[in-house]
Amino acid sequence: MTDSASIQHDEETRQLERTWASPPGFFAWFTHVNQTNIGMRFIVTGFVFFILGVILALLMRLQLAVPENDFMDPETYNQVFSMHGITMMFLFAIPVMEGFAVYIIPLMLGTRDMTFPRLNAFGYYIYLIAGVMMYVALLLKIAPDAGWFSYPPLAGAGFSPGLGLDFYTTVITFMEISALVAAIEIIATIFKCKVPGMSLNRMPIFVWAMLVMSFMIVFALPPLVIASLMLALDRMAGMHFFTAASGDPILWQHLFWFFGHPEVYIIFIPALGMVSSIIITFTQRPIFGYIPIVLSIVAIGFIGFGLWVHHMFTAGLPQLGSNFFTASSAMIAIPSGVQIFCWIATLWGSKPKLATPLLHVLGFFLIFIIGGLSGVMVASVPFDMQAHDTYFVVAHFHYVLIGGAVFPLLGGLYYWYPKFTGRMMSERLGKIAFWVTFAGFNLTFFPMHKLGLDGMPRRVYTYLDGLGWNEANFFISISSTVLALGFLLTLVNALASLKRGKVAGDNPWNADTLEWATSSPPPSYNFRHIRTVDSRYPLWSGTGGLEQNPVVTGIRSDRREILLTSILESHPEARQPLPGPSPWPFWLAVATALTFAGLMVHMAIPLLGFLLCFIAITGWIWPKQLGAAK
Amino acid sequence: MSPPQEKCLPRKSLPPGIAAAGIWLICACSSTYASQSALQPGGPLAKAIADLFWGMVAIGGIILFIVLAMLAVALLRARSKAEPKPLTFTQSRNLVFVSGVVIPALILTVFVISSAAVNREIVAPMPEHALTIQVTGHQWWWEVDYLDTEGNHVAKTANEIRIPVGKPVRIALEASDVIHSFWIPQLNGKTDMVPGKRNLTWVKADRPGSYLGQCTEFCGKQHAKMAFTVDAVPEEEFDAWLQRQAQPAREPATENESKGRQVFLRSSCAMCHAIRGTSALASVAPDLTHIGSRKTLAAGTLENMPGTLSSWILSPQSFKPGSHMPATVLAGEDLGNLVEYLLSLE
Repeated sequence: MTDSASIQHDEETRQLERTWASPPGFFAWFTHVNQTNIGMRFIVTGFVFFILGVILALLMRLQLAVPENDFMDPETYNQVFSMHGITMMFLFAIPVMEGFAVYIIPLMLGTRDMTFPRLNAFGYYIYLIAGVMMYVALLLKIAPDAGWFSYPPLAGAGFSPGLGLDFYTTVITFMEISALVAAIEIIATIFKCKVPGMSLNRMPIFVWAMLVMSFMIVFALPPLVIASLMLALDRMAGMHFFTAASGDPILWQHLFWFFGHPEVYIIFIPALGMVSSIIITFTQRPIFGYIPIVLSIVAIGFIGFGLWVHHMFTAGLPQLGSNFFTASSAMIAIPSGVQIFCWIATLWGSKPKLATPLLHVLGFFLIFIIGGLSGVMVASVPFDMQAHDTYFVVAHFHYVLIGGAVFPLLGGLYYWYPKFTGRMMSERLGKIAFWVTFAGFNLTFFPMHKLGLDGMPRRVYTYLDGLGWNEANFFISISSTVLALGFLLTLVNALASLKRGKVAGDNPWNADTLEWATSSPPPSYNFRHIRTVDSRYPLWSGTGGLEQNPVVTGIRSDRREILLTSILESHPEARQPLPGPSPWPFWLAVATALTFAGLMVHMAIPLLGFLLCFIAITGWIWPKQLGAAK
Repeated sequence: MSPPQEKCLPRKSLPPGIAAAGIWLICACSSTYASQSALQPGGPLAKAIADLFWGMVAIGGIILFIVLAMLAVALLRARSKAEPKPLTFTQSRNLVFVSGVVIPALILTVFVISSAAVNREIVAPMPEHALTIQVTGHQWWWEVDYLDTEGNHVAKTANEIRIPVGKPVRIALEASDVIHSFWIPQLNGKTDMVPGKRNLTWVKADRPGSYLGQCTEFCGKQHAKMAFTVDAVPEEEFDAWLQRQAQPAREPATENESKGRQVFLRSSCAMCHAIRGTSALASVAPDLTHIGSRKTLAAGTLENMPGTLSSWILSPQSFKPGSHMPATVLAGEDLGNLVEYLLSLE
């Protein structure tokens, strides 16, 4: 299926191109629905927000470099640290992981698009509008200032009367629509669009990871949406869900962390999938323990919902129950350990190619194990009573989130970049960037463990001289610029390689999964010929690889159409026509945003918003005759 | 006055020489409990937690070393010229099962049990007649009430807690506005102060000394400047001190002090602060009945001296922006008298 090398410009290819083409032009950009377009937008936008989040972090480190610094006033600092958390958790981590899923999964499954292309586009615009709104608020100095966790009563109307927390409640609420629709779409696509022959037990581990992530989103985000709506009602209509007077501030903490802890795994599980993909490719051998790895990922997905209380060990809950959550938190170490040893068993005795993606995975090993160990420590109720809300915890979760998710993500970026763009990123610059990032990361975050144990709380805009924190803080601030430089080098590499990178070809790493069986970048219809598969490693199987396998026929090329297959065995079931480009997802996103944002200004605006939503939905579903061939 | 108060001096207000001397003093004192470090325990609870921590670090370090060594061996073998020899299926299976499941499960079982054992010490029931101190969190200061065994109010102070050394002390935690968290790293882990709830914790100091504490739940603009000190003193000294604190404020002894009291009572001070024994009985802000005996101002932000006190009264926002204390405009003479009066209230 080396389409690119020898695309036969036969009539059918031209017809596929016409059918799946995204119309050119600025205004037409808002009508695109193809999964590669939307996936790439999620990824690029996610990384833009990552850069903004890093800039906010650097501002914080500038403020904390010396005691009693007056670079920022407390109000500004509180907005900056809140927006750093909101950006990294909501605007970077989830969307960028979903972006990788949206782009890569249909290719890995051997299908031409996802099941609900317009919903996909709608989710993207919701996300984009929400992110822009948050940053406009920050520029106007009316961003939320009670942290990404926004505990009431501080976040209530009484103690945060301004618009900042209204931005938080409304934007968080509707932003999660984006994550939810993408998750539903990823699940539907994985279950129904696998190429014939790709039964569940042949699905790449990356796809399994994205499937578990999506299910976690479906179960974890609704509690947050409900909670933020309740907080909005508290603030705007005085409902007293979370006030001390007739509600319960602790209730918010339960609801928030019932979302918030799974959120960590929502970010971390896709990274596990990336690690497995990279290890398979760079050891050039099947992974050891496919089934234990898949079961471990699923297990993490379940256990991840059973340990939220470890964020609340100091809230004064009964201690017997808290010990139960110590045990469930520690339990996560077992499925993580199983995966780590499966990877070691795979690496053992192979001749791994130490290219940049694999380097990032090796960096992930060190950082993530340290983060995992400190995670087990803070799972202990008594130790957590010392470490909670100090820089020890800041160190811990940056070790698991940057080590556990960002390093594999950067590895994944180097790994899939040739597929995205058709060109390789520079290996030399990539390796330099890796070592700078790796060193900068550890120099920045390791000393924070000590700082936290020395008594420095989190979320303080300054500290007094003479507490023994000065040297560590200054050192950390210097180191943070090294870390930022590392990220910058990768960014430069990615931008420069767009034009100057070595041409990649279809499968530059000799990888095993189907996304490498089409041209780089893939054509709008993904695959010219859809070939059935007969193993977990379709591009490596047999003597002739995929070329020997039968081609799926009967899918129309004169209209957008995909093949639906059964969940377990991937038996062909039906042909499904898909909708093409449409401006309505964009307009519906605008109307939705107006409805929610209008709540902050005047109650009449949401009414107008509802009307506009109705118009947009009508336009969206207005029946047209499908597939009228030209 | 014990050394830790030096920590509260803003650096800018000091000539460099004194600052250097101060830093030297602090370094010199850091071994004698003048720190905020959880790893320099001053009581049995913090000690038990610190021991647990070091145990976890030791075991965690060994695990980290072994896993990284295995990874390194796996990679270095690949470098050798010899034909790579992968693990057999049985070897791989046993590796994953033993090191990925069995060993972690055993270690984690020990971990959960030891953690629960330390936890039991921390939540152990207190003796019936232990001294109870009620601490209420405010944006951004601490209200401290001493209760007798019947729960009756004995004395009230702010931002500084005094405890008898070697005695367990029950601390009842409340909050008046938003959630705060009460933390004295050298004595015990933190416990949140939740409005509408009453959480309990306890502390015991093994040796006399001064221990630093700080709010650890984000509580708004001045979360960073919400500190307090705990002084552990011998029991007789504590009892005498508590008796003094229970008294109303002393009468002005000089004419200036008397004028200062007039200033206090007729200006906006009395709208928020109380001085027991006078007509000022408001409870919005710290009780000032014995302000003269305190070492710091504004929850550990400034040292309590005539100069800092007058600057604080004139312009609290420049030391603690967002503080609920408004600036007070006073003529120079009035200010002088007021400060003289307040500092006389020992």
